[in-house]
Amino acid sequence: MNPTHPLDRDKLIGFYRTMRLIRRFEERVVELVNRDEIPGVTHEYVGQEAVATGVCHALRPDDVITSTHRGHGHILAKGGDPRRMIAELMGKTTGYNLGRGGSMHIADLSLGIYGANGIVGAGSPIACGAALAAKLHGIDRVAVAFFGDGGMNQGVVHEALNLAAIWKLPVIFVCENNGYAISASIKEMAALERLADRAAAYGMPGEWVDGMDVLAVHAATTRAVERVRGGAGPMLLECRTYRFVGHFTAEKARGLKYRTEEEIAEWRKRDPLVIYPAWLRQEGICDPAQVDAEVEALLEEAVAFARQSPFPAPDEALDGMYAVPYPGFPARGW
Amino acid sequence: MREIRYLEALTEALREEMRRDPSVVIIGEDVRHSLRGVTKGIIDEFGPDRIFDTPISEAGFTGLATGAAMAGMRPVVEYQINALIFVAFDQLVDQAQKLRYMMGGQGKIPVTYLVVASGARRGLAGQHSDHPYPLLVHMGMKAVMPSTPRDAKGLFKAAIREDDPVVVFAPAALLPVKGAVPEGEYTIPLGQAEVKREGSDLTIIAVGPLVPEALKCAESLASEGIAAEVLDPRSLLPLDRETILASARKTGRVILFDDSNRTCGYAAELSAVIAEEAWDSLRAPIRRITRADVPVPFSPPLEAYVLPSRDRLLEECRQLLTGSRA
Ligand SMILES: Cc1ncc(C[n+]2csc(CCOP(=O)(O)OP(=O)(O)O)c2C)c(N)n1
Repeated sequence: MNPTHPLDRDKLIGFYRTMRLIRRFEERVVELVNRDEIPGVTHEYVGQEAVATGVCHALRPDDVITSTHRGHGHILAKGGDPRRMIAELMGKTTGYNLGRGGSMHIADLSLGIYGANGIVGAGSPIACGAALAAKLHGIDRVAVAFFGDGGMNQGVVHEALNLAAIWKLPVIFVCENNGYAISASIKEMAALERLADRAAAYGMPGEWVDGMDVLAVHAATTRAVERVRGGAGPMLLECRTYRFVGHFTAEKARGLKYRTEEEIAEWRKRDPLVIYPAWLRQEGICDPAQVDAEVEALLEEAVAFARQSPFPAPDEALDGMYAVPYPGFPARGW
Repeated sequence: MREIRYLEALTEALREEMRRDPSVVIIGEDVRHSLRGVTKGIIDEFGPDRIFDTPISEAGFTGLATGAAMAGMRPVVEYQINALIFVAFDQLVDQAQKLRYMMGGQGKIPVTYLVVASGARRGLAGQHSDHPYPLLVHMGMKAVMPSTPRDAKGLFKAAIREDDPVVVFAPAALLPVKGAVPEGEYTIPLGQAEVKREGSDLTIIAVGPLVPEALKCAESLASEGIAAEVLDPRSLLPLDRETILASARKTGRVILFDDSNRTCGYAAELSAVIAEEAWDSLRAPIRRITRADVPVPFSPPLEAYVLPSRDRLLEECRQLLTGSRA
């Protein structure tokens, strides 16, 4: 941590609030999944909080992000409302997607959140499209495409990188390298050490940053945003991070084991939710316990709100498919 | 006879075919750790030269399998989720499926694609709940969808031995289901439907995970004095038209029960076959119960509404009988 950091106190406390919110949100979600109040599975962001926080706090409210299957952190960091998120996770009418999407598809266009996505890599070209539109409309908006180290190997991500490069689109490609794609170690799935080096092949700068350090991520993103907003074209930012938990909620129960306990423990020592609040206290910036209490109250309210919200009526299921529906379409199944 | 799970039947099939034929290899995501369960223990027996964990690159490894097959291998490709068929679509339908024909019949492309969790599972929403078989069949791809552990083993083995690309759809809902599976060596040839229950009043043609549902429905109907026949095509392409037409002619009433989208869905094809060939034996219009034409919604009450259900089938069967011409 850099004690002579140029950021003001509110900003520094804001980082912690977001990271703490993400961590506790995910922990609450796991409880709710285990109690079967949330159907299906969720992919928790525990361990990676510094990336979403550092990146999204360097963006303007009207900047756009595309997210992944592990999207809760990105959405909260971009200003998503935890009440509507939990409601969506429970499949309620008050959820962000009216119960249509669930954990992997939360979107809020008004906040520039163009959706979490269940298909690895699929958000990258969408971010390019948002960037192209901004450019054509003469708006100096930036788009960020989040994807994982696994996503970095998807063809569509490479096509997106190239499109952004040739058309000088204002896109920042943020590769969250947590070392694994489910059980597949990136060491076996890519023949180069730093994924950011791939940027060179597309004629754009690539940068590597410590994804456990929110200040480092924020500083790197701030520089990237300046460059990209200035019209210099896209860049690739690789954030080296780690997920402390399984790929998804039920992983442990399935007995899937592909990482050593020692490796996890080693990374846990760098937990941004231990290191950063300790630094805040030590520097006399704030008492993190106060933020913790605020976050707890917010989540308590969010869960209560979601629980009280109604489920949609079954026959609403066909609503919302088309902006322009025609009689009888979409068709029901009988 | 011993009872094993559908998923275990797939594993057995794979193991036996790998022992029999050294050119059989497995390619897919997380297959060494067997996230999906089919490749469980395979790495221990066959080692890393026959089981390949890939990067997340479905188009890439699907095309790779095509080339390997043209060069003498017999790859089994596992897709971790049903929607990955879409990511690999060009490599499936424009390459693997068309190349032999376009090369004037040269060579062969014996790839088996395993879609291990086809269809909807609770709470997985739009991008993880599709049953993409009509799309592939539409493009001429051979495809099977077993509904029992016995069929799963026999059809998977036959698919691996087939000298053309074949997609095996293993429905999510059936993977944990147990059933009788013979001990000895056997295969079930492509292109053979099976009557899973005999009946004379009406025919329910059910596909994949809906077969057990149709059987339960037939049981309820039996208690009301209605004898429903339940027919499982099993092999989607090639399709056993004869068995289907014979049943339609016998009962004169047909309900199609299919978990693919309604418009241009698999039930539409079955319905056309019957209408074209057996129209003069029909005593009532053919009916379809299918999935609705929307992505599967996340919220449980919405999800239940768009997927075909046994209750709906029961209701339609009753209506068909009371409303039909004598
Ligand atoms: C195109 C595609 N292939 C495979 C999957 C199945 N899948 C979901 S998440 C995942 C791993 C993704 O790894 P990574 O991109 O590194 O992100 P992380 O899970 O580590 O956050 C896989 C293989 C998918 N959803 N989409």
